[in-house]
Amino acid sequence: MAFKDKPAGGRLVKRHSVVVRVTHWITFVCLAVLLMSGLQIFNAHPALYIGQTSTFDHPVFAIDAREVGDQSQGYVALFGHSVTTTGVLGVSNVDGQPTERAFPSWITLPAYQDLGTGRKWHFLFAWILVLNGLVYLIWGFASRHFARDIVPDRDDLAHTGEAIVEHVKLRFPHGEAARRYNVLQKLAYFGVIFIALPLIVLAGWTMSPGLDAAFPQLVAVFGGRQTARTIHFIVAFSLVGFFIVHVVMVLLTGVFNNMRSMITGRFDLGAGKAGEVTHG
Amino acid sequence: MAEFRTSRRGLIKAGLAGLSGVALAGCGKIASQDWVTNILDGTNELTYRVQRAILGEHAMAREYAESDISPHFKPNGSTDPSDPAYKAMAADGFKDWKLEVGGLVDHPFQISLAELRAMPSRTQITRHDCVEGWSCIGKWTGVPLGLILDRAGVKDEARYVLFRCADTMDDGALDGPTRFYGTIDLVAARHPQTILAYDMNGAPLQVPYGAPLRVRVERQLGYKSTKYIMKIELVDSYADEGEGKGGYWEDNGYDWYAGI
Repeated sequence: MAFKDKPAGGRLVKRHSVVVRVTHWITFVCLAVLLMSGLQIFNAHPALYIGQTSTFDHPVFAIDAREVGDQSQGYVALFGHSVTTTGVLGVSNVDGQPTERAFPSWITLPAYQDLGTGRKWHFLFAWILVLNGLVYLIWGFASRHFARDIVPDRDDLAHTGEAIVEHVKLRFPHGEAARRYNVLQKLAYFGVIFIALPLIVLAGWTMSPGLDAAFPQLVAVFGGRQTARTIHFIVAFSLVGFFIVHVVMVLLTGVFNNMRSMITGRFDLGAGKAGEVTHG
Repeated sequence: MAEFRTSRRGLIKAGLAGLSGVALAGCGKIASQDWVTNILDGTNELTYRVQRAILGEHAMAREYAESDISPHFKPNGSTDPSDPAYKAMAADGFKDWKLEVGGLVDHPFQISLAELRAMPSRTQITRHDCVEGWSCIGKWTGVPLGLILDRAGVKDEARYVLFRCADTMDDGALDGPTRFYGTIDLVAARHPQTILAYDMNGAPLQVPYGAPLRVRVERQLGYKSTKYIMKIELVDSYADEGEGKGGYWEDNGYDWYAGI
């Protein structure tokens, strides 16, 4: 029953229900492990293709290493155009030694190259993500959480332009206006819940030869297993992009108040810290 | 203001570095615990059961058109077995090679390549998905494994088909090379698309692709499609083979069920 309760003393309101809070943090842990183990898996064949099969000489995207003189140089190539990325992508230090690996060891799970273990972690947390997501989706529809809090209505959408201008000026709603998500929040959360996460799960399933036999439509819809793999990768980094903006917004609009609301559920409408900081 | 921003950025950077450090150290420690290994292996068991329930015994892997065949099919795993006996057989076109079928069967037998070729065959153009992430499409012709199992008469207690192979892995290892092997369950073995392939893209199977005979297990990843098969053995358990995980790749960390 988010957003509905009367302020409980002072201007504290109950903002997030227990289901939202618990599933939010489980999703966060899952996505962190899935990203790190996913990069481990990607490192086993760090190239992306379009279609059913791999055209090994012409990947649309690749992270690789090449010999320049007697040095190994890391690079990233998109449609054949490459940028040198030695130190981070293609070639990075492992135990102080420059080593050829697509993503560096500090971001992969496990840190050392081990596809089998990376896959095990990936699938365990994929299961948790999907089951946790199902709980959230079923509850979200049943409790009208989506209709009330997430799906923007016509009035919200009419104020999109205004909201963008206000956000660019780093002026964020507070007081009564902060009781509900603004239209940009609704659109962002809608995109993550109903577009990005379902898409990344479906693209992941499409990479499974077993599920492809059970649901041939999967491969057809994505236009090929390798296209699905490419989309899986793009959506993963879109979620990283969302995460960065999400964290920046949490910091800008009051990290204590936001964290409290996602942990205890209580949100202080009158805090208004964001305005004070950004106007200062 | 500038100072405030710098310090905040510094703080965030330090915080992230600290967090990732703790996470990495934590993961390393956590990952080596037995209960974590059990959960990770249990996940594969869960995936196996759920996929089997969804898939049933007969759902077919997609078959493609001639025009979809990959111009270059990347060979995976071992591509040129060093075993001298194998090399000798390959040199004379596998004339003396015989597939041995045994274990928990009523009628063990041996069969030559010519006799296999005389049996009913199936040709399929399918996608080979490597565990690394790449895919290639190839055309395979061979004897349905189910026909071989029927001819041998599988005993009731048999649960897996064990493939013993000609190729060795880790040739430089101190305790000597490891003979490649692999296992699949009887549902996979009797699936209509599971064939013992002797032809690839209309020509006899070449050495990098598993000559003279390999299995195609089309609803699982490429590492289950064992190459260089010498013997097929019906077993009730694979616990006593190798490290007991059900195959060379499984002993080296890959999951036994590779439908995902």
